[in-house]
Amino acid sequence: MTDIYLNGSLIGTADDAAKFVETVISGRREGKVTTLLNVYHNTREDTVKLWTERDRVRRPLIVVREGKSVLTDEHFNKLKTNEMKWSDLVRMGLIEYLDAAEEENAYVAMTPAEVTKRSTHLEIDPIAAFGICTSMVPYANFDPSSKLNRGQKTQKQAMGCYALNFLNRMDTAINLLHYPQIPIVKSFTQQIYGEALSSGQNVVIAIIDYEGYNMSDALIVNKASIDRGLWRSTYYRPYVTEKLRYPGGQIDDISMPQKDIQGYTLEKDYRFLGEDGIIAPEIDVSGGDVLVGKTSPPRFLGKLEAFSAAANVRKDTSVRVRYGERGVVNKVIITESEDGQVLIKVDVREYRKPEIGDKFSSRHGQKGVIGRVLPVEDMVFSASGMVPDVVFSPNGLPKRMTVGHLIEALGGKIGALAGRNLDGTLFQSEKVEDLRRELLSLGFRDDGTEVLHDGRSGRQYKAKIFVGNVYYMRLKHQVADKLQARARGPIALLTRQPTEGKAKEGGLRLGEMEKDCFVAHGSALLMKERFDSDKTIQWICEKCGSVAVFDSYRAKAYCLCGEKAKVEPVEMSYAFKLFLEELRAMHMRPKLILKDKY
Amino acid sequence: MLIMPKSGSQNNGWLEKDLPGELAADINKLAKEKKLSEAQKNKLMEELSDRYSNSQVTPGDAVGIITAQSLGEPGTQMTMRTHHFVGVAELNVTLGLPRIIEVLDLRKEPKTPSMLIYLKSPHNQSREAADKIANKIRQVVLGELKKEILMNISDYSIFIKLDREELTMHHVSFDDIFNILLKQLHGYVVEKQEGGIVIKQKEKEIKKLYKLKEKIKEMPVAGIKEISHTLPIRRGEEWLIQTFGSNLKSVMMVDEVDETRTITNNIVEAGQVLGIEAARQVIIDEITKVLEEQGMPVDHRHVMLIADIMSQTGELRSITRHGITSQKSSVLARASFEIPLKHLIDASVVGETDQLRSVVENIMINQAVPVGTGLPGLIVKMKEDSAAVEKGKKGKKND
Repeated sequence: MTDIYLNGSLIGTADDAAKFVETVISGRREGKVTTLLNVYHNTREDTVKLWTERDRVRRPLIVVREGKSVLTDEHFNKLKTNEMKWSDLVRMGLIEYLDAAEEENAYVAMTPAEVTKRSTHLEIDPIAAFGICTSMVPYANFDPSSKLNRGQKTQKQAMGCYALNFLNRMDTAINLLHYPQIPIVKSFTQQIYGEALSSGQNVVIAIIDYEGYNMSDALIVNKASIDRGLWRSTYYRPYVTEKLRYPGGQIDDISMPQKDIQGYTLEKDYRFLGEDGIIAPEIDVSGGDVLVGKTSPPRFLGKLEAFSAAANVRKDTSVRVRYGERGVVNKVIITESEDGQVLIKVDVREYRKPEIGDKFSSRHGQKGVIGRVLPVEDMVFSASGMVPDVVFSPNGLPKRMTVGHLIEALGGKIGALAGRNLDGTLFQSEKVEDLRRELLSLGFRDDGTEVLHDGRSGRQYKAKIFVGNVYYMRLKHQVADKLQARARGPIALLTRQPTEGKAKEGGLRLGEMEKDCFVAHGSALLMKERFDSDKTIQWICEKCGSVAVFDSYRAKAYCLCGEKAKVEPVEMSYAFKLFLEELRAMHMRPKLILKDKY
Repeated sequence: MLIMPKSGSQNNGWLEKDLPGELAADINKLAKEKKLSEAQKNKLMEELSDRYSNSQVTPGDAVGIITAQSLGEPGTQMTMRTHHFVGVAELNVTLGLPRIIEVLDLRKEPKTPSMLIYLKSPHNQSREAADKIANKIRQVVLGELKKEILMNISDYSIFIKLDREELTMHHVSFDDIFNILLKQLHGYVVEKQEGGIVIKQKEKEIKKLYKLKEKIKEMPVAGIKEISHTLPIRRGEEWLIQTFGSNLKSVMMVDEVDETRTITNNIVEAGQVLGIEAARQVIIDEITKVLEEQGMPVDHRHVMLIADIMSQTGELRSITRHGITSQKSSVLARASFEIPLKHLIDASVVGETDQLRSVVENIMINQAVPVGTGLPGLIVKMKEDSAAVEKGKKGKKND
């Protein structure tokens, strides 16, 4: 007697569980019950569980009956001539989707050759064990799994052509690679997911240490390559604003703001605005420039204030280019929002060349930043005059064991020389021995190494240097977005300490551990200076020990505990003064006892 | 830095005074042995004195922070490396970061309490001799001595069949076990029988009988409590015993044990049995052991500072909010480290005064911290005092 559960609740029992399961499965294959049903026979618990719930992860497998795949050449032919579709195969029960539970009962053969009498299913392709991005790594079966994981991640961060209609779109912060190429060594999945949307370029790499500029995963890039357009990109950022209506008939005004309004900045910030208060396309703008001039009515209007003079002062709510960013206005769209308000979108584009600090990666998790852009005359070169685009450090290889990276380079070299694409699909890629033989027949050393010369002295290297073509991707992390420093700048209102974050022109925090280093070095006075950012002078009453009042009209400080009490200026951090006030808010009365310093 | 006077006979006494007495005596002894001339001796003295003063901490050095950094930095690497050491040949003792945390937190019961038992000669000369003591010390439970334990459900009794060989090996007699059982089991009938002992239960409950059987198996019959494993190991010329489980007091009572060297890794226990100095030494040894094992060269003096801080009051204090931090004199310093509200409220209830004498408070109010360059202040003499002027002149000369 076996209990049978449907979606977790008991619905009945079966005398012969195995037979019941068989009936359900054959019923599903024959179309008597939905193909979304999965059945799992737990022999240890002696239960049968049926699932039709949503959100189960399922994957397709070919059904095997009596040691033979039910999918025959006949079906393949029909698929080719479009007489059949995938959904037909599923409907006919030739291919079925298993969930995690039913997979426990399945015995899946990897390849048709491995199918035995015991097999219940056949894998459609061994590559199905991997995800979309992972299966796009060429020669992935030569890399450690951890590196595949990273290689897969970097592909998602790569710049490319994300959609062919990008000119008509207004996506937030998009990077577009200028000349994306199809990888020379590509995997079978690449073809399925579209080569038009590939996201990198094939570059020639030489694997040597070159004056230390490629240490710690950095790359040395040939300046001539960049000048010829390697890895160039455009960065698009749309700015959006809406002409809002407020209760009481107030409305935003889109126009060139008047100079007397609240929040008006320098006149030059508004210089690009046209008569309608909106910028025109193809104008160079940089941080702080106004794109759309907008004023809003004052908020929180009370009854009395409505009659005062201050009431009619409008606020500047113009759209400005973000701090630290620059670009060219790409296009301006004036349309209507969902609520029927006027909606203005201004797209700003910035043209970006690769520079020191920009991040790149191959598909094997070998990521790194540019350490130096080297003029072509200083780059290493071969006897034939070939100059690599990238100099990659050999130290990145031993510990990470990304052999696939090297094989891809070998394959890429053949592809470039013979003018063909290579199949690098994992488990079914072209064999390395064949690659070496082919490379030899193309007139190169079979291990991919070449005789190279030092770019500055012209001397020949004693060692043979490995040179090959690898597909490199430009990742979205670029210095232009991240570089920031400040000496003086905005402070937070509450604490009077510098703001945090690049968008707010923030300072770099001298943290707890950095503070400890100052103490350890005994540089007490230097540390005090570093923490002076919120320094303030407070008048403290000698008698009651609380913060005194400063009357700026009479330029005199006095304490509320009596006119005669002596008050003294004391230097402290504003955060401490705030702390004292917070203590008072908690019904504790802190008292400062003053003492002569010397 | 001391300014060293040029070497010469008249400076002899001056130099000797600056070196610790023991060191100066050693030099004098060495000079006599090697028959050094007066000039040579002075030169040696000068060199040593120089190095000695150079190796001293300068006034105002933030030794605590430097210690924290010197241990903290390698500690970050330790976390990453711990899992590399899994099965070790000797007894598996907690090492790495978890052990350091244990030591600093002063855990009453370490994860792996362990002892190193030194033996008196001749017991430490061979493995066999050490093994014999090890067997004697190790706690033996009845379950180890049985051949089998039979449950008789019909009359609710348990029959323990004892293993004669095991008995002789652990120096336990049949009667010993009988007496222990008699003493331990109240409300049961315990009888001797051919080849074993019968225990009869009065209640007719099988579950209870089963529990009794499990209890009997775990009943200690010989050896020292808590010490569950012993392992003779060789250290240099002698054999000693490493244990799993710690009971310092009882082990030191064993005649063959050299009680002057035997030690446990349980700091609290060492403190209770041997006193605070022993506990301090155990802290040093335990931290050093971990650092050495991980291959991290940390200056010995940093470890000593930690041990000193933990033991300086004569009572052990942990490096946690319950230990040394709770005894900081400054309210602000305590409040800045874990549970600020509690400290602030407590301080305001009694009206505590913060003297702002240490680092954290001064950072909070943005004043120079009294460390390093922030330590010295300017001393102004308000009154011309003839005695003080005299003294000042004298001082100048010495400078």
